[in-house]
Amino acid sequence: MQNTKTQDTLVGLFVACGIAALFFMAMQISNLSGFTADNAYTISARFENSGGLKVKSPVTVAGVRIGRVSDISIDRDSYESVVKMQIDAQYSLPDDTSASIFTAGLLGEQYISLEPGGSEDALLENGLIDITQSAIVLEEIIGQFLFDKAAEE
Amino acid sequence: MIRFFQHLGHTTTSSFAKLGRSFFFLTHTLTASASVIPRPRLLTNQLYSVGVLSFLIITISGLFVGMVLGLQGFYILSDFGAEETLGVMVAASLVRELGPVVAALLFAGRAGSALTAEIGLMKATEQLSGMEMMAIDPLKRIIAPRFLAGFIAMPLLAALFSSVGVLGGHIVGVGTLGVDDGAYWSQMQAGLDFQDDIINGIIKSIVFGFAISWISLFEGYDAIPTSEGVSRATTRTVVNSAFTILGLDFILTALMFGDI
Repeated sequence: MQNTKTQDTLVGLFVACGIAALFFMAMQISNLSGFTADNAYTISARFENSGGLKVKSPVTVAGVRIGRVSDISIDRDSYESVVKMQIDAQYSLPDDTSASIFTAGLLGEQYISLEPGGSEDALLENGLIDITQSAIVLEEIIGQFLFDKAAEE
Repeated sequence: MIRFFQHLGHTTTSSFAKLGRSFFFLTHTLTASASVIPRPRLLTNQLYSVGVLSFLIITISGLFVGMVLGLQGFYILSDFGAEETLGVMVAASLVRELGPVVAALLFAGRAGSALTAEIGLMKATEQLSGMEMMAIDPLKRIIAPRFLAGFIAMPLLAALFSSVGVLGGHIVGVGTLGVDDGAYWSQMQAGLDFQDDIINGIIKSIVFGFAISWISLFEGYDAIPTSEGVSRATTRTVVNSAFTILGLDFILTALMFGDI
């Protein structure tokens, strides 16, 4: 066995390397350094169909991510999908913002794209977005297309 | 026929007795662990032998596992034109599964077997009884520091394995195969969650560290004090640890990722 001082140094180095690796995982591998929900406000939107949207899906304005979906539930009366989003507090949106569900790429994940309107008033905490466009379901489009073809003939 | 039933009954009762002994051993070790705090020297000695000496095998294996993942992932993903997602594939498989599991298997082979052999030989050469004669509790002096060291070293080693693996995937994917550097990291950061992936991976490695330390120390402590008994106990440590790690991994994965 080596003398105690070298051994202590090696143990110290080992623990430091391990902690550095944990730190590396937190910062570089996961998105801890990115968007956090600490400083955010919640708004909601109603969709006829929220498609493949999931909790934690991104919410974007003009392609820039400003928040994420925090909850998806169904309205018991109207059977609409109620999507809650957390928006980073540094971005304020006008109250006539419209929301659409788009797909990143042909088969990519679905996300919410917000289109700000021209209103002077801002959306507040727990505000509701009125103008929405549902997710595009591929099967419905194909069905519609076939139906139109059949109607033509 | 009667002999068969005798044998069956004997095997069943003795295996239950062993399980019972191992639980007593665990509770005694856990209560004895408090006595390590005033003597940190015992702990650093053991951290050196289970942690520092496992450092090399863990980092080198991690590097190669990451490189292989980068290579295989690239060939499969390039069929779909999705090479850019290589980063998230490498990192997710390392952080969630391969990091904790492979590091634990290596740890059981490298450190667990050594612990069993050491304790078993101490028992065979009657060092443990000698300590008891001198009114030194071997559980406090010998077992508890080794147990704590395994418990502390395992998550650090698993984190090292995953991090080095991600860098290995980067060397192959970005360095050799031409995946975009920015896409490698940004896809990884977008695809992995701190809470769901990193923390769960660390929890897994802590559980594995606990299981390996428990199994290897108990097998050594419970070994038949002959050279054959020690060699059998060492084999059992590696085999049982591997079973336990893989079984626990399935259970933990089902608990952690089942609802996604």
